[in-house]
Amino acid sequence: MLYGFFIIFLFYAIGNFCSWLIQGIVPGNVIGMVLLFIALQLKWVDALKLRTVAVGITTHMSLFFVPVGVGLMISMQYIGQYWAPIVVSVIISTILVLISTAYVQQKMESWNE
Amino acid sequence: MERIESWFATQPFTLAFVIGTYLAAVWLYRKTRLAVLHPVLTTIAVIIAVLSLLNVPYDDFKQGSALIDFMLGPSVVALGYALHEQVSHIRKHLWSMITAIVTGSALGIISVGLIARWMGANEAIVASLEPKSVTNPIAISIAERFGGIPPLTAVIVVMVGVFGGIVGPFILQKMGIESKIAKGLAMGSAAHGLGTARAIEMGAIEGAISGLAIGLMGLATALLVPLIRLLFNA
Repeated sequence: MLYGFFIIFLFYAIGNFCSWLIQGIVPGNVIGMVLLFIALQLKWVDALKLRTVAVGITTHMSLFFVPVGVGLMISMQYIGQYWAPIVVSVIISTILVLISTAYVQQKMESWNE
Repeated sequence: MERIESWFATQPFTLAFVIGTYLAAVWLYRKTRLAVLHPVLTTIAVIIAVLSLLNVPYDDFKQGSALIDFMLGPSVVALGYALHEQVSHIRKHLWSMITAIVTGSALGIISVGLIARWMGANEAIVASLEPKSVTNPIAISIAERFGGIPPLTAVIVVMVGVFGGIVGPFILQKMGIESKIAKGLAMGSAAHGLGTARAIEMGAIEGAISGLAIGLMGLATALLVPLIRLLFNA
């Protein structure tokens, strides 16, 4: 288990360092995710020993954004005045993502056949 | 510590309170099977209600729940493991999947920004909405970086997941999508973890691909938001 935490924090730290190098354009945790993925593919990291910690953390991920969400209590009034653009843009855009992703994938698969 | 309110600034009390509320919300969600009762939404609503009733300042709560908030970062890194587990069985379609995800991500970022701006939203709101289709810890980091309001992003992302999870299968059916990969990919990229939960119900392939789509979508959006901002503001 300790190995798992070590690996996660090691890649998080490396990710943060890379993020700092590129002036934070891509968040350090996302870079850490990519580097960890690459290291696992190249078998530099023992996937079996990492499993418990990685699966444990990702299974309960939704708990971790509760504190951020509670911050809504201080910005609720400000956000409230924009409820219409928020709701409309989010609904249309979500449907667009769904349709375009499914369409491109299905089209490209049919080309390969 | 003479008043109950000040307890919220202490870690043991607030950690027990947040995790306890969350576990109760998960129990309620499983019991009712109602998509709108997503445990994150219920937990946030209950905590806001309690803090408001007791007049606890958000900063106190923030201090007490710092450990939970901190775990957001490591949980994104741990997604690299999930990506590794899923990528091995689908190498064959990797390129079409990347193309589809990049298209979906770019259209999502551009469309939400155009519509929201057109309807009068300001830049902070737009920056909060751009990463809406991405798994929450990544979405929050992106919103934060570009001047968005992280709490808004956190709540919108969950609502997008709930919405996409409900309408997704219906729209895909209406579109006549038959490819299992296309179905899984669309569910994961439009509705992250909640879309994946529905994709798993569709089938094992859909579920695995959807899980992979969460990571790819997060990465694509983290790279595309700065790029699109650069192109549009130039």
